[in-house]
Amino acid sequence: MRIVPFAISAIITGGLVFALNKQWGKIPPMGKFLSPQHGFWQNAEPVNKSFDAELNFSGLKGKAEVYFDERLVPHVFAENDEDLYFIQGYLHAKFRLFQMDLQTKAAAGRASEIAGPKAIQFDKRQRRLGMTFAAENAMKELEKDPQSKALFSAYTDGVNAYINSLKESEIPVEYKLLNFKPEKWSNYRTALLLKMMAKMLSAETESDLPNTNAKSIFSEEELKMIYPQVPDSLEPIVPKGTVFEKPGIIPVKPVTADSLYFSNKETVANRPVSESEKSNGSNNWVVAGSKTQSGVPILCNDPHLELSLPSIWYEVQLVTPNSNAYGVSLPGSPFVIIGFNDSIAWGVTNAQRDVKDYYEIKFKDKSKSEYWFNGQWVKTNLKEEIIKVKGGKEVKDTVAYTVFGPVMYDASFSDDLSNKRNLAIRWAAHDPSNEGMTFYKLNRAKNYDEYAEAIKTFSCPGQNFVFASKAGDIAIWQQGKFPARWDRQGLYVMPGEDSSYMWQGFIPQTENPHSKNPERGFLESANQRPADSTYPYFIPGSYITPRAVSITKYLSGMINITPDDMKKLQNNYFNSLAEDARGILLNYVKEADLEAVEKKYLDLVKSWDLMASPDSKGQTVYQCWWDSLEVEIWKDELTKVNPQAAWPEEQTLMELLKKDSAMKFIDNINTTQKETLNDVVTTALKKASANLAKKESEGKLEWTKFKKPTVYHLLKESLLPFARTGLNVGGNGNIINAVTHSHGPSWRMIVQMTSPTEAYGVYPGGESGNPGSKYYDGFVDSWVEGKYYKLWFMKDEDRADKNIKWTMKFEKK
Amino acid sequence: MDNEIRKEIIKLITEMKFLTATILTALLAFISGLFLPWWAIAITSLLVTVVIHQRAGKAFLSGLLGVFILWAGLAWWIDMKNNGILSKKIASVLPLGGNSLLLVLVTGVVGGLIAAFAAMSGSYLRASKSR
Repeated sequence: MRIVPFAISAIITGGLVFALNKQWGKIPPMGKFLSPQHGFWQNAEPVNKSFDAELNFSGLKGKAEVYFDERLVPHVFAENDEDLYFIQGYLHAKFRLFQMDLQTKAAAGRASEIAGPKAIQFDKRQRRLGMTFAAENAMKELEKDPQSKALFSAYTDGVNAYINSLKESEIPVEYKLLNFKPEKWSNYRTALLLKMMAKMLSAETESDLPNTNAKSIFSEEELKMIYPQVPDSLEPIVPKGTVFEKPGIIPVKPVTADSLYFSNKETVANRPVSESEKSNGSNNWVVAGSKTQSGVPILCNDPHLELSLPSIWYEVQLVTPNSNAYGVSLPGSPFVIIGFNDSIAWGVTNAQRDVKDYYEIKFKDKSKSEYWFNGQWVKTNLKEEIIKVKGGKEVKDTVAYTVFGPVMYDASFSDDLSNKRNLAIRWAAHDPSNEGMTFYKLNRAKNYDEYAEAIKTFSCPGQNFVFASKAGDIAIWQQGKFPARWDRQGLYVMPGEDSSYMWQGFIPQTENPHSKNPERGFLESANQRPADSTYPYFIPGSYITPRAVSITKYLSGMINITPDDMKKLQNNYFNSLAEDARGILLNYVKEADLEAVEKKYLDLVKSWDLMASPDSKGQTVYQCWWDSLEVEIWKDELTKVNPQAAWPEEQTLMELLKKDSAMKFIDNINTTQKETLNDVVTTALKKASANLAKKESEGKLEWTKFKKPTVYHLLKESLLPFARTGLNVGGNGNIINAVTHSHGPSWRMIVQMTSPTEAYGVYPGGESGNPGSKYYDGFVDSWVEGKYYKLWFMKDEDRADKNIKWTMKFEKK
Repeated sequence: MDNEIRKEIIKLITEMKFLTATILTALLAFISGLFLPWWAIAITSLLVTVVIHQRAGKAFLSGLLGVFILWAGLAWWIDMKNNGILSKKIASVLPLGGNSLLLVLVTGVVGGLIAAFAAMSGSYLRASKSR
C-alpha cells in the first residue's frame, strides 16, 4: 500500500503551496513572489530593453507618436488635445502606476487598505480634514466645463488603457511585495491627487493650535514680538516701495473680538494635523534681458518637496499642432506643471499663506447632529466614514460637517490629549475650483496677458507664478484665493457660535501681490512674505525669510548673467542667517569658561566660511549650537502649556538678539538667578558640544554625514534598499540649495528665452518608477553633483533625429 | 554475463528515465508558467512522475532538480540581463545580505522543493494504482 506515503507527501506539497501562496505578516506570498515567470524577477528590466511599441486603443481619435530620448524622456506628438492627454495618462501609468495608486489612496484616507491597522489614525485624519469632500467638490467643478471634462476624461482613459493591458506578471514590484492590485483610475482620483498637493502646500501653513496655546501664556505685546508678521530682514516678493491700491474689501472685526477672542486664555489639547512643515519651500526667480549676457530673460525654479523615489515629477514634452510644452508633470494629473513652451516659461513656489482656520463648535449632544449657531440649534451633515483595514476589521468614524467645514477634532477622535474642544476647520481647499485648467492654459500661453489670464482662477494651494517671455517680459504673481482678514483673524481658534467670525470675503484677485518688469531687472520668490507692511491686508502664513535674502543679495550684484551662473546659484550653499547669527554667538560666548573640546568646536565656527558645503564642520557645529541656544531661550516659556506653544522662527530669535542683547526671554524662568546672553550662549555651546563629540566619534561631524541626505522610496524605512542614502550634498532648508535630510530641490530648471529656447533641468530620480529599471534613479548622481541635463525641446522636423532611441506608435483601434 | 548486461541496461533505462523526467518536469513547468498560476508547477511535476514512473527517492530528486534548474536558470538569466539591479535590492529587503546569487539559489530551491514533494506524491500515486 502506498496510500499513506502518498497522502503524507501530497499533504506536504499542498501545505507548501498554501504557505507560499499566502502573505504572512509583512512577508509576501513567497512562492508567487519568487517565481521567475510571475514574481519580482519579471520586474527586472533588461538594461538594453527596447521601449518600441505599436499600440491601438479605441479611446484614441487619431494617430500619435511618442519619441523617447536616451534619458527615457517621452516627446509626445499627437493630433489633438484629447489624444495628447490620453497618452500622457498611458505613460504615467506605464512608468509610475504604483505611485499614483498609493498617493491617491492615501489622499482619500485609504492607506489602511494597504498598510493595515497602523495607518488607521492617518486615514481618520485625512477624512476628518475633509480630503474626500474637497476632491468631490473639485471633481464636480472640473466636470462642469465640457472642455475640461473631455481633457481629464481622456487622461483617465489613458491610465485605464494601460491598467487594462497589464498582465499580472507585469504589475509593479511594490504590488507584489505588499500583495495588492492596481485600482482603476477616474477623474475623482485626479482630483484627489490635486488635493494631496493642496494639503502638502496649504494645510500646514498655519500654526493656529500652537498659537492658541501661546496666547494663553504671552501678552499681546509679547506675541507680536516673538511671532512678528513682517520680519526685519524681509526681502518681499513684490519689490519694496511698490505702491498698492486701496483695498477693495475691508473686513470688519466682530464686536466681541476683544472679549471672546483676543483675551480668551483657554488652551487647546489637540495637536495640529502635523507639525508645520517648513521644509516644503521652493525658489524661483527670473532675470530680465538687461541683466543677462544673451540679452533675453532667464527663468529658474527649484521646488523643494519631500524627495522620493519614484520622484513626484515626471519629465515630458507634449506637442500638438497647436501647442508645444516641455517640463515636469505630476503622475496622476494631465498637463505640464512647471516648464516652458515656444513663447514663455513659468515656474512655481509655494505662497505659504494661511488659508485654514479653526472654529470651536458647541454640539447639542454626543450624537453631533446639532450645533449652536446664530442663536439656534442647526443640523450638522453627518458623514459616515468607513475605513477598510488590511488584516483587520473595518473601522467606522462619523464626521460632522458644519457651515465652516468638517469638525476635525471631537470626542471620538482620540489620538490627542484629553479635555479637547470640538474644532471645525475652514479650509480654502474645500471650495470648488479647477486648478488643472490653469496649467492647460499656461502650456499654451503666448505672452504676459495669456499667462495672467491662465493663472487668475487658480485658487488653492496659493502659488508664486514666475514668468518670462520671448518678448522680453518678466513677471511674478502670488496667485490664490485668499481670505480678506481683519487684523489677527484666524491666528488662533475662533468662536464658532455665530457667523461674525467667518471669512467675510476674499482679497480681489487683481490685488494679489504681483510685479511686472521691475526696474531692478529681476524678480524672485522663496516662500517669504509676499509684500512689506504697506500691503493693505492682514496676511499670516508660514513664511521663510533667509533664502529670499540670499537670492536678492546675489541677483542684485550680478550682471551679464549666463545659464551657468544660474546653475551655480541654484546650488549655492551660503548661509545668510548665520552671517548675523554667528556674530551673536561669537560676541557673547565666554571663552574663558570653555573646556578644551568646547574651545575646539568654537574655533570651527570662528574659521567657518559660512557655507553649508557637504564637508563643512563649521556648519554642523553652528547649527547644533544655534538649535541649542533656541532651547535655552524658549523652552522654559513655551512648555508652560501642553502641547507646547508655537516655536518662534530661527530668524526671529536672531533679529530679537540683534536688537536687544538683554531681551526678556533670555532669562530661564525656572531658575532663581538671572541668566544673561553670555550665560545662555555659553551653556548652549557646552550642551551642543556633548552631542557634537558623540557625532565626531562616529565620524559624523561633516555636515553631509551629520544630516545624511536621503531620497527615500515612497514606502520609507520599510523599503530602505529601494532608497538612495548617504548622498554627498550640503545645504539646508534656509539655504538656496535647500537639501535637508529628506527634503530639497525636487526639480531644478533653468530656461533661457533665446530662439531656440535653451533649457536645463535635473531631478533626483529617474523617469521609470520601476526599482528594477536602470532608469529608476539615473539622475540622482547628476543632481548631487549640481549637474544638469540639456533639455531637448524636440521639433516636428526632428522625427528622424539621432537623439531618438525608441518610438511608440499609437493609433485608433 | 547476461546478468551483468541486464543490470547495465536496467541502469541505463533508469538513468534515461531520470533524465527524461527531469527535463520534462522543467519543460512542463515552464509552459504552465506562461499561462497558469505559479503553483501549477506542483501539478505538472506530479503528472510527470505518474507518467514516467520512478521510485519515490528518484522522483523526489528529479522534481527538485527539474524545477530548481528552471527557476534558478531563469532567475540567473533575467538577473544577468538586468545587471543585478533589482536582485541586489530584493536580496536586501529579504535578509540575504544583498547577495544576488543567493537570491537566485533561494528561488531555485523554493520552486524545486515544491516540485520535489509533488513528484514524490506522483510516484506514490502511480505505485498505489499499480497494485
